[in-house]
Amino acid sequence: MTVLAPPTISRTGQADRGRPARRRRSWTGWAFVGPFMAVFAFVFVAPIAYAIYLSVFRTRLIGGTSFVGLENYQQVFTDPQFWSATWRVTLFLLVQVPIMLVLALLIALAIDSGRLYGKAFFRVAVFMPYAVPAVVATLMWGFMYGSRFGLVGNINDTFGVSLPDPLSPDLVLASIGNIVTWEFVGYNMLIFYSALQVVPKSLYEAAELDGASQLQIIRSVKLPAIRGALLIATIFSIIGSFQLFNEPNILQSLAPNAITTYFTPNMYAYSLSFSGQQYNYSATVAIVMGILTMIVAYAVQLRGTRKDK
Amino acid sequence: MTTHPHPTTTAAPKPAPARAARRAVRRDKQRRSPLLTALTALMLIYSLVPLVWLLINASKTQEGLFSSFGLWFDDDFALFTNIRDTLAYDNGVFVRWLLNTLLYVVLGAGGATALATLGGYALAKFDFPGKRGVFAVVIGAVAVPGTALAVPTFLMFSKLGLTNTPWAVIIPSLISPFGLYLMWTFAASAIPGELLEAARVDGAGELRTFLRICMPLLAPGIVTVALFTMVATWNNYFLPLIMLKDPDWYPLTLGLNAWNDQAATAGGQAIFHLVITGSLLTILPLLAAFLFLQRYWQSGLAAGGVKD
Repeated sequence: MTVLAPPTISRTGQADRGRPARRRRSWTGWAFVGPFMAVFAFVFVAPIAYAIYLSVFRTRLIGGTSFVGLENYQQVFTDPQFWSATWRVTLFLLVQVPIMLVLALLIALAIDSGRLYGKAFFRVAVFMPYAVPAVVATLMWGFMYGSRFGLVGNINDTFGVSLPDPLSPDLVLASIGNIVTWEFVGYNMLIFYSALQVVPKSLYEAAELDGASQLQIIRSVKLPAIRGALLIATIFSIIGSFQLFNEPNILQSLAPNAITTYFTPNMYAYSLSFSGQQYNYSATVAIVMGILTMIVAYAVQLRGTRKDK
Repeated sequence: MTTHPHPTTTAAPKPAPARAARRAVRRDKQRRSPLLTALTALMLIYSLVPLVWLLINASKTQEGLFSSFGLWFDDDFALFTNIRDTLAYDNGVFVRWLLNTLLYVVLGAGGATALATLGGYALAKFDFPGKRGVFAVVIGAVAVPGTALAVPTFLMFSKLGLTNTPWAVIIPSLISPFGLYLMWTFAASAIPGELLEAARVDGAGELRTFLRICMPLLAPGIVTVALFTMVATWNNYFLPLIMLKDPDWYPLTLGLNAWNDQAATAGGQAIFHLVITGSLLTILPLLAAFLFLQRYWQSGLAAGGVKD
């Protein structure tokens, strides 16, 4: 009963042996899945293999490119810029993801409760920001944050106050968090809402008859029923946080002093490649970050499924 | 199955209450709550204010942006002049970016939808050697951070001489593990196995069966995947940023950012009014697509979740 419950794979090799007329194990399926896998190999598998290959070499000014084994990895683990970037996205993850998911869940529950006026309008309007490109979202919020012709500037002028600058080094991470929340709260809301739709009504109608309050129903019927959706949204949000790039990269031109070239791990890998030409080291950073992301996502998934039982 | 686990659901036995009582509950559920509506409306305002801001400010001149209040209109309404200027600026480069974006969306998102549909259908309805391997690899790929791949992909593409060509943006857009996944769950429930059996007994070829019988059944799923891959391609920023140097191949997102950066460069002309109007023009097609196709993608998402 999750939004994304995968269909079970049948071990049909044995089951079908007695019935040769039915779905025989054949290569026909490959004719359909083949094109996907071919492109997949080219744009997913090959770059990963190439990155691993690059990560064990190093190019020096003198002596050219040589095999260095795991030296690049050693360097990543003692690189203060890498760790400062990783710490920043971890902080972002710990604060922004819970806020966004709780908001999304509250709206999904409110819409699902059937107690709103204009429920369909709410559903679509809250989802709309998802269709706005990160570039436009960041430019819009960046302008609004600005003290020149932004809303913050307007408020300062009108009320004669001076609000803290959202683009100052202290606040810029929170400002980015706000942009990301704005972009994805509706998307997550829709995931939760779709999952809630599938919860059999009979489950909580029975509880209502027994005199359970709405809060009790939410806690003991609805939330357990959409646990799968909650888990998936959490994992996607974690992956998204670790990948943070677009918003800080675009805000950089509006807040050059607050956003460094190693603001997030991805920005670091990007600037190593494109400003520093340190391709081997950049590939290593990308791999380490990918592995860290997968470890965290996997740990969250283990925790989530353990609670199920 | 690293990211999509099965939660075990505890299905309570269905009670059989008196029909009248059940109807009473249902009527009770119809009660609307002004308080809850007001609270949720706060979120609605949060979601819509930036869009309203964009719409209002697209009607201001470059000077008006600085001299008027952000959430209200300026004295002169310059929306149409702004649109004309946006389309004409720098020999109509905005139109060029728009066409590039359309090219990437049609080939990239279109191709991604086609590959995901074929692949999802195969995974749901065929048994073939290596199926478990395909499953494991693709589900694992969902967890790989896309941007971690971008730098290695760039290095590989530059070796192959593909960078700075449209192919560098289109080819990586062709793969959507999430789309494959969605089509797979969708095809598993939307196409009855007996239907395929019947078609095969009648001697219809596999391709013909797929095109004539299965495609219509898969339509809501296809629209859903098409919309989501379309958004992903239309909104793509990181990939074209690293792959393209030549502004002639920029999609809208890169172009808008370049216009915005222009103010920061020495001697550059500040054209914030064009950035804002261009942003508005960039988001309108997607907002329209989502609004008009609502019925399809919402049923597609919901049906993907119906797995009792």
